Amino acid sequence: MSKMKATYGDAQDNYTRSLKIKSGILFVWCIILTIVCLLPIYVLIINATRSHNEIISMTGVGTLFAPSSHLSENIKNLSTKTSEDFSMMIGYKNSLTITVCSTFLTVFFSAMTAYGIRVYDFKLKDAAYTAILLVMMVPVQVTSAGFVKFMINLHLTNSFIPLILPAVAAPSVVYFMVSYLKSSFSQSIVEAARIDGCSEFRIFLQIAIPMMKPAIAVQAIFAFIASWNNFYTPNMILIDPNKGGTTNLRTLPMMLGILQASQKTADYGMIYTCIALGIIPIIIVYILLSKFIIAGVALGGVKE
Amino acid sequence: MASAAQSRIKSISYAKYGYIFILPFFIVYCFFQLWPLIYTFILAFKGNQSGGDSWVGFQNFSDLLFSHPYNKSDLLSSNPETKAHARELMSIDVQHQDFVRCLKNTIVLWFGNFIPQIALSLSLAVWFTDAKLKIPATGFFKVIMYMPNIITAASIAVLFLQLCADTNYSAATLIGRSMGILKDGEFFNMTKNIPDVVWPPRIIVMFIQTWMWFGNTMIMLMSGIMGINPSLFEAASIDGASSGQTFVKITVPLLSPILVYTVITSMIGGLQMFDMPYLFTTSKEGQRIDNIETIAVYIYDKFHSGAIEPSYGYSGAASVVLFIITAVLGAIIFRLNRDEEEHRKKLQRKALIKQQKSKNKEFGGLSI
Repeated sequence: MSKMKATYGDAQDNYTRSLKIKSGILFVWCIILTIVCLLPIYVLIINATRSHNEIISMTGVGTLFAPSSHLSENIKNLSTKTSEDFSMMIGYKNSLTITVCSTFLTVFFSAMTAYGIRVYDFKLKDAAYTAILLVMMVPVQVTSAGFVKFMINLHLTNSFIPLILPAVAAPSVVYFMVSYLKSSFSQSIVEAARIDGCSEFRIFLQIAIPMMKPAIAVQAIFAFIASWNNFYTPNMILIDPNKGGTTNLRTLPMMLGILQASQKTADYGMIYTCIALGIIPIIIVYILLSKFIIAGVALGGVKE
Repeated sequence: MASAAQSRIKSISYAKYGYIFILPFFIVYCFFQLWPLIYTFILAFKGNQSGGDSWVGFQNFSDLLFSHPYNKSDLLSSNPETKAHARELMSIDVQHQDFVRCLKNTIVLWFGNFIPQIALSLSLAVWFTDAKLKIPATGFFKVIMYMPNIITAASIAVLFLQLCADTNYSAATLIGRSMGILKDGEFFNMTKNIPDVVWPPRIIVMFIQTWMWFGNTMIMLMSGIMGINPSLFEAASIDGASSGQTFVKITVPLLSPILVYTVITSMIGGLQMFDMPYLFTTSKEGQRIDNIETIAVYIYDKFHSGAIEPSYGYSGAASVVLFIITAVLGAIIFRLNRDEEEHRKKLQRKALIKQQKSKNKEFGGLSI
């Protein structure tokens, strides 16, 4: 953008009246799209403040947009009306455990792999990097049948291990970090540290990691969001999430699935509040970090 | 002495550290991803349900990919053998029809979300990067338009199910009635599994997918457009090109590698569409809505042990088909992304080494 601004910045003369009109029309169009983007979320938050009876007695469109005052009551209901299958707090706890652990593993080991590939010269280096590029595109669904059967054979279903440990191998994150190291990490730093008698692992931990912070931050955000939102893998690995009735291993998206399945009997105010509580933390994180996230997407940091 | 010490320092090989650094990645990859992938391929050649351990060759593939016609009258035949045979053919044919339906749904849903998505995001990307237009607050718009992408898909599915439910008080009903499209007591049957109602559930899924992904695509395309040399746009503007001409003659051709990349990553993403169709179930029993069931849901339903009898064979075979489609698409990206210059140099280097080697042989393996 700055490049374009420098080129066009003072070309005021070109900014004629017709262009102004066009720009205005497009601005209005963008506002319409913004409303479309925000409307479902707005309705969600408004409905989270309503009681069940208020929701089922709505009759006009007007009532759709006016907030009510039952939010705290809904939250109280959510925290007290728990069952063997459904508990918002346990969902939060499980999701947070899995997400934090797997995000840490993803960024740490991806940085390590990228560093190994970039800094050292070894025979299988090119082969390893090509392999990582090749497997980047393999969708989860393709491996999932074998994955589940394998985990059943190992008796690892109904545990968090198959949800956390695979995070060590994240090919697209490694790819991103290798490109980052290529552009902003110089080999001479490593050599200087070696002459000063620094061991290889210390060079990585104390010199390379601090220098890779921007890349690590961007990838940590994406890994966190992807893991927090993941519904597919927990749903297939946690076959018996109650483990015979002693615990509840369900993650937050799975709790929503439960709520959805039992919607015929449930309290609608509670359903909306539950969805809202599930997505609001991530919206807050997003708004705080949007600058980094948008920059990361622009770099092709996320896989669609 | 000094030279000896120097050569000793030089001869320290750091190669082993390279292996140590990349080892955890490859161990975990092989254990949790490569072996499951191979295992899926093995499962594709094994039987289903109780016959899960026997090899069946390409049986699963032929069951899924080809139809098995049978006479309906045979089902009522008095001859038990004919009857059993017809029943068997019927159960296989159901598998084939399910698979084809899911594949068709996946393709329809992908096209239905990709075309509006690319139209929206490409036009917005062009307008946002157009220095002459100066649309205000583009940064704000980018942030808002990307936001749906980070929200949990499962939450969005449940939310839209609530908003579009066939109740007197859902948002869709309220809006439909106020606009006069619906009469009292009528509903949009958007979240019901009714065979005649093909499009309403599909349109909802397409809308949600477009809503979630257009911001992401827009930002990727914007970064692509900003990578184009601005002097080209300047030259076009001086030569009096209209914005349409600039778009067709400059933006699209120079953006084409990124456009192809976007199309293919979106296709691979589309093949994986799961959360939305999976959560759009009509009842507690988890009955799928036939017209939005995708190939990912098909694979999941076949191996999920909550199913009556897991059919790993069919699930594996469907996965292999999905893998082949993905591999072809991935190969196209790989080819496009390859740095042509570097590739040519690499080939040249290889040829040189070969030449060198053959020369060395001529001198009895002595390098001179």
